[in-house]
Amino acid sequence: MTTADFRQARAELEGHERPVREKLVTAEEALRVVEDDQHVAIGGTLYSRTPMALLFELLRQGRSGLTVSRPLSCYEVELFLASGAARRVVTSWVGIGLQWGLAGVLREYVEGGLATFEEWSHLALGLRYKAAAMGVPFLPTLTMLGSDLATVAGTSTVTCPYTNENLLAVPALHPDVALLHVHRADMYGNAQVDGYRHMDVDMARAARRVVVSAEEIVSPERIRAAPADTMLPHFAVDVVVEAPYGAYPHECYGRYEADTEHFDDYVSAVRAGGADGARRYLDEHVHGYPDFAAFIAGVGPERLARQRKQAEELMYR
Amino acid sequence: MTATQDEIMTITASRLLADDKVVFAGVGMPLLASALAGRRQAPNLTVVLEGGIIGAQPLPGRLPISTNEMRAAYGAPMLTDITDIFLFAQRGFFDYGFLGAAQVDRYGNINTSCIGRHELPKVRLPGSGGANDIISLCTEIFIVTTHEPRRFVERVDFVTSPGYLHGWGSRAESGLVFGQVSKVVTDLALLDFEPESKHMRLRALQPGVTVDQVRAATGFELPVADSIEELPAPRPDELAILRDLNGVTD
Repeated sequence: MTTADFRQARAELEGHERPVREKLVTAEEALRVVEDDQHVAIGGTLYSRTPMALLFELLRQGRSGLTVSRPLSCYEVELFLASGAARRVVTSWVGIGLQWGLAGVLREYVEGGLATFEEWSHLALGLRYKAAAMGVPFLPTLTMLGSDLATVAGTSTVTCPYTNENLLAVPALHPDVALLHVHRADMYGNAQVDGYRHMDVDMARAARRVVVSAEEIVSPERIRAAPADTMLPHFAVDVVVEAPYGAYPHECYGRYEADTEHFDDYVSAVRAGGADGARRYLDEHVHGYPDFAAFIAGVGPERLARQRKQAEELMYR
Repeated sequence: MTATQDEIMTITASRLLADDKVVFAGVGMPLLASALAGRRQAPNLTVVLEGGIIGAQPLPGRLPISTNEMRAAYGAPMLTDITDIFLFAQRGFFDYGFLGAAQVDRYGNINTSCIGRHELPKVRLPGSGGANDIISLCTEIFIVTTHEPRRFVERVDFVTSPGYLHGWGSRAESGLVFGQVSKVVTDLALLDFEPESKHMRLRALQPGVTVDQVRAATGFELPVADSIEELPAPRPDELAILRDLNGVTD
């Protein structure tokens, strides 16, 4: 983090156009914004509202030297490592959940010196996006102080000019591109989610460019009818992609529950073959289809109906 | 009904939670302990999960695997974002914080990052997640973990989550001026920390466990409190509620 980054982020954003115009594009077109060696922030958290349709397309197109950042990372970051697209992960946690054990591909890459795991506490990473979203170079916090996390991350402390208290200064994080999946958006990019918002709002407002995929594209009137559900305004979104089941096999709150059997298959493949197992997963589920809609069609209506029914049962009535 | 090790730990942990408090729990044992307390002595305990969930009321038999999913959000009166949840913690709203540990040392420091060197680890573990924030920001922190020498180590390989750092006043000197690690719950014992040195010490034993057994399972010299009690065994009603929550039918 340098003064240049902070000032440049502002100058660059000032230079963006903010027209109210149709921004609907295909995933293939949308992901062209991502260049090699850039920093891609992935919306959602763990296996919730992960922008899978966008990630699968990025993996299909192929990149190299990417940095990926995410609050809690699931196996999607392993796909970026195993495919050779990324070699650096900025996160607070990587895994799927206790029952699936440690992340095998991450271990292979980090323990082998092939990838870097830049570790922050959950709040510290959230405040990094928030500082950037606020347009300031850092935020003071009481978290991560005294820990080895603070040391290896190279953080500094700051003394409060009013109380002399010692606080951690968390540096702003400006991703080059943020990829998010939402419940609905209009063609201008006004984006709404139901349920928890994870770190999506700050991540998007921190990023240089924002790609949003949506379960459905709705009329601007429908957005206006529930304005408090709008998470991002049109001027904070660059392009919009229509992607039904765009978080599958992860969950989309209220719409479909995570497909844990799909996770089982992935973990079995990695246990059997390490990163090669993850590459076989990519061949089958990403490269085996022309686009994400075809992958979803391959999942089949019965399985998708089951995931929808499970989500329906989890809505409190 | 014979209780498993996990059930014994969960029940011991649940008894630490008082009514009308707010607990910041993770999934697994912390959430189970909190839900159990909510059905017994603490009906107005508010369970907060880092996924932005305030007032979680998970359905029996459909407990969440992650703190960021619909199962965790069921019945919550408020959903917000992740950073916001931790800012509630930083403000001081959360009375209790619950943590597990891959490694914990004599000063209650926790490692969930790596075995060996951080740059090139022998084993890369999942990482902090919210653990560092919970131990730094909640008011009273409980650690729950199985008692074995490879977990209870002299000094953790990496301080992911600072307990009392090097003991004495070092936690506060680092800037962590709020919160304290108060208890460590294991399948063998209940431990706390000496008031001055902040060194972990044995406080009570699980039923049928001896001091020697606890010492043998601890990888550092373990002081013993002046009077050692035996913890009450899990009661049938506690076990029944716990198994109902877990969806165990027999």
